[in-house]
Amino acid sequence: MNYLRHVLDHLRKDLRLEWRSRDSLNGMLFFSLLVVVVFGLAFDPTSYPTVARQISGGILWVALLFASITALNQSWAREQRNNVLEAQRMAPSPASALFLGKAIANLLFVLVVEAVLAPIFIVFFNLHALGSIWLLALIMPLGTWALVVNGTFFAALGLRARNRELLLPLLLLPISLPALLAMVQATTGVLTGDLDPIQINTWIKQLLGYDIIFTTVCILLFETVLNAE
Amino acid sequence: MQTAETTRSSSTPPTDVADCIVLDSVSKLYGSFAALRNVTTSFCTGSCTVIFGENGAGKSTLLRVIAGLITPTRGTVTVFSGHPHQQRRRVAYMSHSPMLYDELTAMENLNYFSSLHRDGGCACVGNPEMALRAVGLDPKLNRPVGQYSQGMRQRTSLARVLQSDPEVLLLDEPFSNLDAASAKHMVELLADFRTWPVAPVNGVMGARTIVFTTHQSALAEPLADRTLTMRNGQIVESQPVETQISTSATEALG
Amino acid sequence: MEQRTPTLRGVAWLWFGLSTAVLAIGFRQAIFLVPTDAAQGNVGRIFYYHVPIAMLSLIFPYINFAASLFYLYWRRRDPLKALTADALALTTAEVTVVYSSICLLTGMLWGRATWGIWWTWDPRLTSMLLLWLLYVSYLMLRRFSSTGQTHTLAAVLSVFAAVDVPIVYMSIRWWRTQHPAPVFGGGPDSGVDPSMLPAFYWNLAGWTLWGICIVLFRFALERRRQLAEQEAALQAIEASLEIPQ
Repeated sequence: MNYLRHVLDHLRKDLRLEWRSRDSLNGMLFFSLLVVVVFGLAFDPTSYPTVARQISGGILWVALLFASITALNQSWAREQRNNVLEAQRMAPSPASALFLGKAIANLLFVLVVEAVLAPIFIVFFNLHALGSIWLLALIMPLGTWALVVNGTFFAALGLRARNRELLLPLLLLPISLPALLAMVQATTGVLTGDLDPIQINTWIKQLLGYDIIFTTVCILLFETVLNAE
Repeated sequence: MQTAETTRSSSTPPTDVADCIVLDSVSKLYGSFAALRNVTTSFCTGSCTVIFGENGAGKSTLLRVIAGLITPTRGTVTVFSGHPHQQRRRVAYMSHSPMLYDELTAMENLNYFSSLHRDGGCACVGNPEMALRAVGLDPKLNRPVGQYSQGMRQRTSLARVLQSDPEVLLLDEPFSNLDAASAKHMVELLADFRTWPVAPVNGVMGARTIVFTTHQSALAEPLADRTLTMRNGQIVESQPVETQISTSATEALG
Repeated sequence: MEQRTPTLRGVAWLWFGLSTAVLAIGFRQAIFLVPTDAAQGNVGRIFYYHVPIAMLSLIFPYINFAASLFYLYWRRRDPLKALTADALALTTAEVTVVYSSICLLTGMLWGRATWGIWWTWDPRLTSMLLLWLLYVSYLMLRRFSSTGQTHTLAAVLSVFAAVDVPIVYMSIRWWRTQHPAPVFGGGPDSGVDPSMLPAFYWNLAGWTLWGICIVLFRFALERRRQLAEQEAALQAIEASLEIPQ
């Protein structure tokens, strides 16, 4: 209970900070919009609706992946300004609560971006989903959490490294590839309607398993990373 | 090289003579640069120590080692006969950067940090409003800390460490950005802080211990009862400050 | 400095000689003695290199993982032992990258000859590529992170990599497959002709010995570097004590 309260405190603080500056939200929104436009120009999806359906799952997630990487670096830079991170390290509240609070905050930010991006995406790519669209309501949060939980962790890991902007994608992408595969497959399956519902279910289950495993690993190791020096 | 002085001002409550911070041949290396070299010293419970030294003499590193933010390359640090990491509730550290969120107001910052100290259901550890008033700031001031002046930030930062009611207070350059009046006020506040009662731990009466660094010896000497001088990562001099009783610090200044 | 006794040196050279000899026998077996594969012709002989190296590049990550766990455990308790574990972790990560690179390259050559394509996004190929990527990123992290943190952060990443590899394997496994089923214990159709076994075992033994050999050499080198670093640190501390106060 107390742990949960600490997580909520951290979450509230992160939301408030973001609300006051709106740096990462604006950045992410515009960045993902640009990626969508660039891919739209490259593939001309309106003329080839079938192809559009097949590739848009991948494009959507790639856009979100890169957009969230820009925001993840931001979210720890905030703690580093004025050395607040040292106050966090001195605080008696568990370090993993700080991590969870921040990861949940990042999840919410990326979900907001997704909510704004979805209609734009549908318009630009002229999409009509052929599968059961409500499954996306499950796939999107699970997939986003998979990206964000490891992303928040590795952004903290690279915090004091040289080249930290470069290091985050270098570490995050290889680790997230199984999750990326699962969410792209599931999303494409829903959009094209080609994939058996059972198969989509398995992908979702896999994504859930990935989320659970890596959330646990992150929570267990975060204290070590925060105090590594 | 040096011994722990057990001089104590008469105003602090009587405590056992135990040392709450012990450093045993502590060295810290950054690459081949030695920030601390074989530092052996101890700080007794209830004492107030000031560390003098040039820039780069290792003062800040010493404080950060005691705070548990830096693990020494060699040697051991003991705080309350434990690892510094285990004493987070009892130790507070204020660095020369403010350690506050620029986007939040002073009250929001303090409320947040006091929530980090919450244990169990009780949210009553520290009182942000009182701490802010103590350092001479208006709790109702509705401006983000980023717009504060250096001195105001410094005071907010002091309020942040005081509200957690620490037994050991580590201050890195607490007077550096303050004007004469606020600096004097801060010295008074710290002198007052030493007299705050501490809940007894394991039946032993506690006491407030302060370790701080500064360049302004005029401000520090009335407050401190021991001075350490550091050079090149070593403690080159350790001597008790003879005369004063810490309450006289306020009188001398006032 | 560590005492490097003549016996130790002798054993090291003996080991080196032994692994070279076994590799030579393996070469003779694989290239000259084994009958040519009916379906693939001489190209099939790459099997004797590709498969043992692939197997070994899956074993070294386990050593890396174990060493990293030991590092994390000893980090605060016994820093000197922890450093040894870290040296082993670094060494095995490097050898993993070397072996999985060779595995990928030989696999591509073989694939070009038998399937007609250099690469295909098939489970085993993709997971091997990911293994390679993970350990390259591990070495990158060691390069980029600031000096004092490197060991801990690398150990943490190694745990992530070790958790990731089986997930990768399972998730890609039922995605699609073109690669033949595992040669050993992969089902009724798998398995090799008894005439191929000696060449295979000689090569497996040879590459194992060789792998251990380079791990040990690299490990000794890394230990020397660490000891030299400690020596320098000690001197930095002591030299300053002589400065008149």
